[in-house]
Amino acid sequence: MAVREMSSPVSLAAIGQERLKQALAAAIVTFLLTSLIVGIETVSSTGELAFNTRYKEVCIAAVAVFFGSIVVSYMREGNVRPALFGGGGVTLALIAILLLQDASPVIKMLVPFQATIVNWGSLIVPAAITARALQMVMTARARAAGRETAFERVGTATQGALPWLGLALIVLAFALPWLPIGDRTMSKKVIDICTIVITYIMLGWGLNIVVGLAGLLDLGYVAFYAVGAYTYAMLSVYYGWSFWICLPLAGVMAATFGVLLGFPVLRLRGDYLAIVTLGFGEMIRIILINWKVVTGGPAGINNIPRATFFGLPMERTVPEGVTSFHQFFGLEYNPNHRVIFLYYLTLLAALVVNFFTMRIRRLPLGRAWEALREDETACRALGINPTNTKLTAFAIGAMFAGFAGSFFAARNQFIDPQSFVFLESAMILAIVVLGGLGSQIGIVLATAVLIGVPELFRELKDYRMLAFGVGMVLIMIWRPGGLMAHREPTIRLHGKGKAEPATGKPAAKPAAKPTPALAAK
Amino acid sequence: MVTFLQQLINGLTLGAVYGLIAIGYTMVYGIIGMINFAHGDIYMIGAFQSLIVILVLGFFGITWVPLALVFVLLIAVSLTALYGWAVERVAYRPLRGSTRLAPLISAIGMSIILSNTVLLLQGNRGKPLPLATENQFAAPFQLLTQDGISAQITDKQIMIMVVTVLVMIGFTLLIKRTSLGRQQRACEQDMKMASLLGVNINRTISLTFVMGAALACIAGLMVTLYYENIKFNIGFVAGIKAFSAAVVGGVGSLPGAMLGGMLIGLIEVFFSQYFSVDYKDVAAFGVLVLVLIFRPTGLLGRPEIEKV
Repeated sequence: MAVREMSSPVSLAAIGQERLKQALAAAIVTFLLTSLIVGIETVSSTGELAFNTRYKEVCIAAVAVFFGSIVVSYMREGNVRPALFGGGGVTLALIAILLLQDASPVIKMLVPFQATIVNWGSLIVPAAITARALQMVMTARARAAGRETAFERVGTATQGALPWLGLALIVLAFALPWLPIGDRTMSKKVIDICTIVITYIMLGWGLNIVVGLAGLLDLGYVAFYAVGAYTYAMLSVYYGWSFWICLPLAGVMAATFGVLLGFPVLRLRGDYLAIVTLGFGEMIRIILINWKVVTGGPAGINNIPRATFFGLPMERTVPEGVTSFHQFFGLEYNPNHRVIFLYYLTLLAALVVNFFTMRIRRLPLGRAWEALREDETACRALGINPTNTKLTAFAIGAMFAGFAGSFFAARNQFIDPQSFVFLESAMILAIVVLGGLGSQIGIVLATAVLIGVPELFRELKDYRMLAFGVGMVLIMIWRPGGLMAHREPTIRLHGKGKAEPATGKPAAKPAAKPTPALAAK
Repeated sequence: MVTFLQQLINGLTLGAVYGLIAIGYTMVYGIIGMINFAHGDIYMIGAFQSLIVILVLGFFGITWVPLALVFVLLIAVSLTALYGWAVERVAYRPLRGSTRLAPLISAIGMSIILSNTVLLLQGNRGKPLPLATENQFAAPFQLLTQDGISAQITDKQIMIMVVTVLVMIGFTLLIKRTSLGRQQRACEQDMKMASLLGVNINRTISLTFVMGAALACIAGLMVTLYYENIKFNIGFVAGIKAFSAAVVGGVGSLPGAMLGGMLIGLIEVFFSQYFSVDYKDVAAFGVLVLVLIFRPTGLLGRPEIEKV
């Protein structure tokens, strides 16, 4: 604890040999890792490959890692001052440099990287270190004063309020189109993004049945999404069927595919299932690309009709003899109606999916899923047929993906195989796992973080995916159980005599749940 | 007959590459039971680093292939091995002992990070092999000529097969004979017991990743020389096929990984020749499903014994 007493200007000797060695090692590793991929840029514009060097960036990265490593190792020992002042100083200096770079050429030379985005993005690291240090200071103060830390307070409050939070979110979701959000185009954009988010929530809830409840790792979930979308697109474009007929058919079709795939492979355990489902997802995509006569090939299917309001189309111009929505209700034509209508439709469908999941968890079937997840051998011994039980989970999960797919097709009016790549499966799986397996509300939060936020920053394009990947790794390291870790049996045998959820739950729950306090580490 | 021979050669070449990548998957799965999704991207990084080393060597006038290969093997392979180490250290080690899904998600995230970093840093164009190196390769050897078509084998294909065989021999010796290999196998059988007997678990797991990455880099180098063009997204497809190869061969078994790689490579090539190029991946995954249905532990895998 002598370190704690030290003043902030650290002398070289006081840093300590071990720390210095580690920081140096980290810096050297960084230098080596970046030396080729970052340091040398291959340029192939003239046909023959040439290269430019970028060793300034490599050196900056190595130096930053060196100091970062020292600061973090101090922080691990409980001495937050270097982190607080160093991190804060670097953050402020960087902001100042970036803001003033056009003022003078001297400052311009201090700008670390070439791309503006990277410059601003590099701020995140020192800022994060400073934030963590600040948080540690606050926690220490709160502990010293005998109070609960802010995080723990929030944690306890959330635990009790979880059902209310869900209700509040639903109310908010219903009220969204009526909230004053900027002008017409702005609100249209927001509602549209929310429709996408809800579609993903629906997908997340569907996959949650397969992965979270039944414990089957499915890496090809997007295949069922694709089946649903293509079913609706083909039936409506080729045969002119209405959305409302196609929607259940899309679900049935996706569920059929789920059974077809599931039947042979559900005997497999864990990770084998993962790779087979991954392969299945790729197979579906390849078939969509190459079976041009039916699926339109890489060009996809265009001009998919939108959903109708009980048979009333929501278009500005309609063919002769058909009444459109705004004519029927005597309203002025407003493209926002259509967006809002689809939004509500998706929202309702998602709520149905949620309600269904919540209820089925209490049925013998749902109980069997969770039991199967925990111990397959015990289930066999108790007379549960594992294959059939898994198959229903697979089929129901696939069906929800099929519904989501037809909403997607109806929103986009255009689908192509590019929308159903493995990355989508990975994203949906990430939503389920980051949300906390089995937690419905966690999925909502994770979707908002993973889909909603990047969707707002679409302009960042390539950096968006990078940030997505970094987010996935960081959240996993920070909270391996997901944002809302919640993987406990719905009912318990011991404790309460009657296995009634109403009486059995409250006693067992608070103790079993890990507090979401970050400070607990 | 000529076509068959030609496709056999092509298939074995492709299979050798898949096999080299598959070893990385199978070893990691064997020791910590996770699908290292980022392994395909490690292979891509290996290919890029090899290309960059070749490019820089060309700048200094070293284009003689054997000499260049020695340099690439020294520099690119060790740097890629470092990537393997770093990925494990940063993204997987903190998650050891948590749920089964957490490392998988972390690995998918890592895979996205690696491919997008390369996309941002090196651009999305295909990178061709420098001409100075490319021109070093001789014309293909004619093996068999019939009705005007001839089956031929290029020196690159010979090189890929020779290097693969050499690497496999060396690697098998490493696993079978050295104390490092013994520790690795011990951890694979029972990690807790191995640690009680004084095996440094962290070091062994790190080394597993390092070895897998080094082999992936050799595969990447081969592909760079063979196809003469690489891109930031080559890792994904090669990765899932190599993982399929590992599963077909039996996860955890090194000869199985090689056998699976050869099988997937041959099926892909023959299916393209005799049926349809477009559906070659469907065939590869179809075989995977078939093998798993009839032999759930793969061709050379040990049956899983479950104790209650």
